[in-house]
Amino acid sequence: MMRFIHQLASPPYFYHFSGKVLPWFLGLFLVFLSYGLYGGLVLAPTDYQQGESYRIIYIHVPAAWMSLFIYMVMAISGAIGLIWHIKLADVVAISSAPIGAMFTLLALVTGSIWGKPMWGTWWEWEARLTSELVLLFLYLGVIALYNAVEDKRTASRAIAILALVGVVNIPIIHYSVEWWNTLHQGPTVTKFDKPSIHLSMLLPLLSMAVAFKVYYGIGLLVRARNELLQRERNTGWVRELLHDE
Amino acid sequence: MNNLNEFLHMGGYGAYVWSAYGITFVAMILAVVIPLRQHSSLRQRLIKQFKRKK
Repeated sequence: MMRFIHQLASPPYFYHFSGKVLPWFLGLFLVFLSYGLYGGLVLAPTDYQQGESYRIIYIHVPAAWMSLFIYMVMAISGAIGLIWHIKLADVVAISSAPIGAMFTLLALVTGSIWGKPMWGTWWEWEARLTSELVLLFLYLGVIALYNAVEDKRTASRAIAILALVGVVNIPIIHYSVEWWNTLHQGPTVTKFDKPSIHLSMLLPLLSMAVAFKVYYGIGLLVRARNELLQRERNTGWVRELLHDE
Repeated sequence: MNNLNEFLHMGGYGAYVWSAYGITFVAMILAVVIPLRQHSSLRQRLIKQFKRKK
């Protein structure tokens, strides 16, 4: 296992390996997505309080989970790159940023579309929404900082530090609905006691969450391959790879 | 047909539900298609560069 991880961290091996697993990830994504959509939009019963509008949950909640998860991956791989100078860790960190930014924006937009009929407003400056907006700015800051620095190794170090500082925002987002009296509803799934959601609603939600995770895997690999090719364009393996074409 | 209409109507929330889903899927597709296209153009560019150097 350790040997495999070690191998995977080498750019040419990663490039070949990722090219092979991508179609499998796509298949897996489609399977979980189909069940999640069918279960969520067709099979799951109507919510007794929110009517059919609650069905936005099947994209809103997984997108919001991903916005936090990807941030943690970005910060941790940034730290690994910072400490051990592993090139692939730097690549994973910067390749995660745009996908994380997209999911954060989607969580905000779908939440806003859900909020309009349920709360009567598109936006409210309350704790959950504001801290999630701060997360979006952190992602955008990381991307802008990376693009502003010419030398990509320095740029990676800079974004790792920014990402690590921004980690304080993550527990704030998670606990915001408990610490403050917010408009946003409390957690339904991630509670330590039984989740307050029926299985027929929960299973499609979890399936969508898995689908979005696999999607992140796809997006990450696709972007990491570009980044590697770009960074390593003057090395032997890239020359060899493109030699036959 | 009636069932389909009912499904699209979403109990009066159709505009909200479908716009949320629509935006999400367009964004998710673009976020993979764009880097994939960049990948092939980057490969083409590098191949040309290598050929010139030879």
